[in-house]
Amino acid sequence: MNNIVTIHVVRFLVLVLAQILILNHINFLGYINPYLYILFVALYPIKNSRTLFIFLSFLLGLTIDMFSDSGGVHAAACVTIAYVRPVVLKFCFGMVYEHQAVKFNQVDFGAKVIYISILTLIHHLILFSLEIFNFSKIILTLQKTLFSSVFTILLCVLITIIFSKNSK
Amino acid sequence: MQQIVNFIIRNKTFLLFLLLFTISLFFTIQSHSYHKSKFVNSANFLTGSIYKSSNSISQYFNLKRQNEILIGENSRLNELLYKIKDSSSLSVIDSSRFSIPFRFTAAKIIKNSYSLSNNVILIDKGRKDSLDQDFGVINSNGIVGVIDKISKNYATVISILNTNINISAKLKKTNHFGSLFWDGKSHDFIQLTDIPKIAPVEIGDTIVTSGRSTIFPKGIQIGVVNDFKLDAAENYFIINLKLFNDMTNIEHVYVIENKDAEEIKTLLNTTNE
Repeated sequence: MNNIVTIHVVRFLVLVLAQILILNHINFLGYINPYLYILFVALYPIKNSRTLFIFLSFLLGLTIDMFSDSGGVHAAACVTIAYVRPVVLKFCFGMVYEHQAVKFNQVDFGAKVIYISILTLIHHLILFSLEIFNFSKIILTLQKTLFSSVFTILLCVLITIIFSKNSK
Repeated sequence: MQQIVNFIIRNKTFLLFLLLFTISLFFTIQSHSYHKSKFVNSANFLTGSIYKSSNSISQYFNLKRQNEILIGENSRLNELLYKIKDSSSLSVIDSSRFSIPFRFTAAKIIKNSYSLSNNVILIDKGRKDSLDQDFGVINSNGIVGVIDKISKNYATVISILNTNINISAKLKKTNHFGSLFWDGKSHDFIQLTDIPKIAPVEIGDTIVTSGRSTIFPKGIQIGVVNDFKLDAAENYFIINLKLFNDMTNIEHVYVIENKDAEEIKTLLNTTNE
């Protein structure tokens, strides 16, 4: 139990530091940044209490917001994906989730990619709509959402592949 | 009563989600209005010290380019100095050199951003160095932004690449003035509006600060006219400016304090009433 808590605390800190010190400065083609930190929300253990989980996600988003001076956009997006996660889990993993036996290292690869993609798309759509905050720039919002999502999904899947090898 | 408690317990996740989402929306809306975001900003001890230590490593990669910029500025300032020496031999009392109301403080950018729609810069000087809100920030190539939040050791600067910015600017050759805003599209261009149709705008004209606000002195360069068109009502120009500054590569900046700002503001307030 203690071990799991340590893993998640370390993951929280490492993801936040990686996000603010490296990934926020990539600016590929001028504005495309990956938001890797949502891996914390995606890989959080399923059996834990939802209240704590939602609160931790809020804290994660708020920390990123504080470092990037963006008000509350990351916090809002994180809370939302934390709240809708059970629905997405049920959609992607079906019966496995019903039995509360999803282990992210062992699930089907395709299902995992779809799961991460759905969470990323929801997160980025909320993030960029709130950041741009202007209905007349909806094209820009969708454009940013799409391009950043592709980048984030690629990076998230890569990271999960690299790190799942070690834990097996 | 029992039913209300039951309802809260049954829906506690949804209620928590709603509460936290509302809080973050509140922060977001605050951050979109000037000088309002009080709690969530990077001018504090934790974020400041992390960015400072990361900057102390990353600054080495950019050292050569920054040196070139500083040498360029030095030679320009030397030129100015010799010009003044030449003219001062005429033994004329130049009253403009007495009581200059502006004080400059050198500062270093420790976090820059330019890819969002509301970009904020963090600098390593704060209240300790007697900086305060609404001081202008420039570098050798022109304006950079305006100080927003301030803590003891750090300050956040609203970059000119921020959709909330509003700075008064004018044509260098005439006195037609307008206000600057950013459409959030490219970090090389910002927009100038409210220049009347009668103004003789041409492509390649220099735009400078107007000195009408208390933030920037008159005549700090901003950019050149790239293209322009009339607005929907055909009364004013909307001008697309190419910035002199490369906002993706700035490090050393100067903070301008207008010592007369207080006096000017009280004067304006009394006339408004």
